[in-house]
Amino acid sequence: MPAELIFETLIAGVLLGCFYAAVSLGLSVAFGLLDIPHIAHPALLVLGAYGVWLLGGYGIDPLVAGVLLAPVFFALGLAIYRFYHYVFEADGGEGGLRGLAFFFGLAFVIEVGLILAFGVDQRMAQADYIGTGVSFGEMRMPVRLMIAFGVAVLLTVSLSQFLSRTFTGRAIRAVAQDRTALALMGADPVRIKQQAFGIATASCALAGALLLVVGPVEPGLGRLYIGRTFCVVVLAGLGSIHGTLAAGIILGVAESLVLTSLGASWAPAVGFGLLLLVLTLRPSGLFGR
Amino acid sequence: MTSSRTAVLLGMAICLLGVVSALSGCEQGDKPIRVGLSIAQTGPLSGAGKSGLLALEMWRDDVNAAGGLLGRQVELIAYDDQTNPAMSPRLYTKLLDVDKVDLLIGPYGTNVTAPIMPLAKRRDLLLIGNFALDVNANIGHDKYFNNMPVASGRDWAAPFLELSEQLGAKTVAVLASDAEFAQTLAVGVREQIAEHEMKLVYDQNYPPNTVDFSSVMRAIRSNKPDAVFVASYPSESAAIVRALGEIGVGDDVKLFGGGMVGLQYGSLMESLGSMLNGVVNYTFWAPEETMDFPGVKDFLARYQARAGDAGVDPLGFYLPAYSYAIGQILAQAVTATNSLDHGKLAEYIRSNDMKTVVGDIRYGPGGEWSKPRVVYVQFRDVANQDIDQFRNSGVQVIVAPAAFRTGDVRPFATER
Repeated sequence: MPAELIFETLIAGVLLGCFYAAVSLGLSVAFGLLDIPHIAHPALLVLGAYGVWLLGGYGIDPLVAGVLLAPVFFALGLAIYRFYHYVFEADGGEGGLRGLAFFFGLAFVIEVGLILAFGVDQRMAQADYIGTGVSFGEMRMPVRLMIAFGVAVLLTVSLSQFLSRTFTGRAIRAVAQDRTALALMGADPVRIKQQAFGIATASCALAGALLLVVGPVEPGLGRLYIGRTFCVVVLAGLGSIHGTLAAGIILGVAESLVLTSLGASWAPAVGFGLLLLVLTLRPSGLFGR
Repeated sequence: MTSSRTAVLLGMAICLLGVVSALSGCEQGDKPIRVGLSIAQTGPLSGAGKSGLLALEMWRDDVNAAGGLLGRQVELIAYDDQTNPAMSPRLYTKLLDVDKVDLLIGPYGTNVTAPIMPLAKRRDLLLIGNFALDVNANIGHDKYFNNMPVASGRDWAAPFLELSEQLGAKTVAVLASDAEFAQTLAVGVREQIAEHEMKLVYDQNYPPNTVDFSSVMRAIRSNKPDAVFVASYPSESAAIVRALGEIGVGDDVKLFGGGMVGLQYGSLMESLGSMLNGVVNYTFWAPEETMDFPGVKDFLARYQARAGDAGVDPLGFYLPAYSYAIGQILAQAVTATNSLDHGKLAEYIRSNDMKTVVGDIRYGPGGEWSKPRVVYVQFRDVANQDIDQFRNSGVQVIVAPAAFRTGDVRPFATER
């Protein structure tokens, strides 16, 4: 394989990996930090994508629509967690398998609701940067993936700064480690977890916009992202925000290299093979606690 | 005395039997004819699946409005197979054993039809295939008939390779989804490349639902093919067309397309817009004068009037007319034989011309069309965000086969 092609493939892999990281960040908070088996995360991404598509009908740019929807999704996240806590955690137990069933059901309800509301046709966003590429000498890159790269970096830095520099952020990290100690410090662990889940859900609005920018969206698309998003979060190490970006990039680069050289059939095998290898050598993930 | 009492009892029994028999006859006459199928209403092929279901519902309504079949109303029982091959065998078992359907229509698509073929053969059932490619080749079921006008990957690929040859192509790249239908097409291309004195320079399968094809497009470009044959499913087709615009496939490429499912759907064509220009892809109907079969435009007008409320493909150029044709085939056979016997129906369909809105169909060996009719169109002068343009001729110019041609194929680059 020529050196230029390898370089181009590496860059494309980084861009694709950042997209994977962007769609996994919310799960990194919900599953990684809060230990909530949030299997409905990809369905919420698709819900976000449809919200963005709806706003697109009014001429609103997909990324702007994603930002506009974020507060709505934050509120939705608060409501979902409040219900989850009331049903599964309030009696002092953990969600566990029942929680998994709840989120599976939620994903199913979202999917069927989208089918009833929008039908099953593929939906695509319209924007000047979709379907165009930028040349850097001989190298051409799709603009939509460059946008995904920018959004992923921005989301990662913002979330990381929020978690390390604000009281609520530090409390979210603390509730993941020892909720009793946090309660003794005067903070309400349930409220903190609720806010964290709201943030995770809000990220689905922006990541949903990316989903729509990167490719066509249909109601069942969430199922395809369950494996990929959990793979990124586990590979990163539960709760590591920077690690999620790094794991997404590793997965993206590996897939991109395999797609270009070995053949496309091997791409999923490489991703999950990498996960198995890392978990064997380092069970807590690449950047895990 | 005893003999007269016996005679009275015997007479009563005969009367009772007569009444029961008459009542059961009435019941049979009133009971609707049940036609069963599974069809994708969710999953990757649901876009076309739901439009096909609407067409079948239209056929049912038309038949019932005209008095039904054999004096009985027609009832359609349709289940969602989620475009999942694991679902179709259990759904068809349910249709047969629980719903007790009288007639069967196959699921939409190759991948979900292949698993029910052994069931249809084992129970010796009439089965009308619904856009299933080459599923009967190894099964050899004599009561199977396909509504799709192409029998094999070879038939499908042949016009594409002939067009490539016309444009002077010497090298070919093949990119195919790792699924039954796409693989059948890819095999069809590989088998015939040597016959056209061409060379295969890139040959890759990709896992279904691959997100981004930028890297694949780079790999194809680096191999400098003259023609690129793609066999893909709707969301992948859209992603490939996007990557084509973003990355480019190289100046050497003279023909790009082939077997991309989804580029016939109104919503995808509208969304992709000008990115489609130059692509040469298969279809089974296009609004060109050579495909103006009796009744097809009237059917499409009625379909399009209902499509909006049903939330399905607003154009309906792909599956709907052919789904309606399935109903017409069944209706013609049932009426002509005055029977629901699967053997008699199959014999009739095998031996007669079927009059449908997609033209007259004559079946050949294996229940496939005796004359394949896969049509290749080239997208030209497509503008962005305008679905109505696809209703006009000249946007999807038919470049093959010769019997339906409305224009000569042009090199890919000149149409970009």
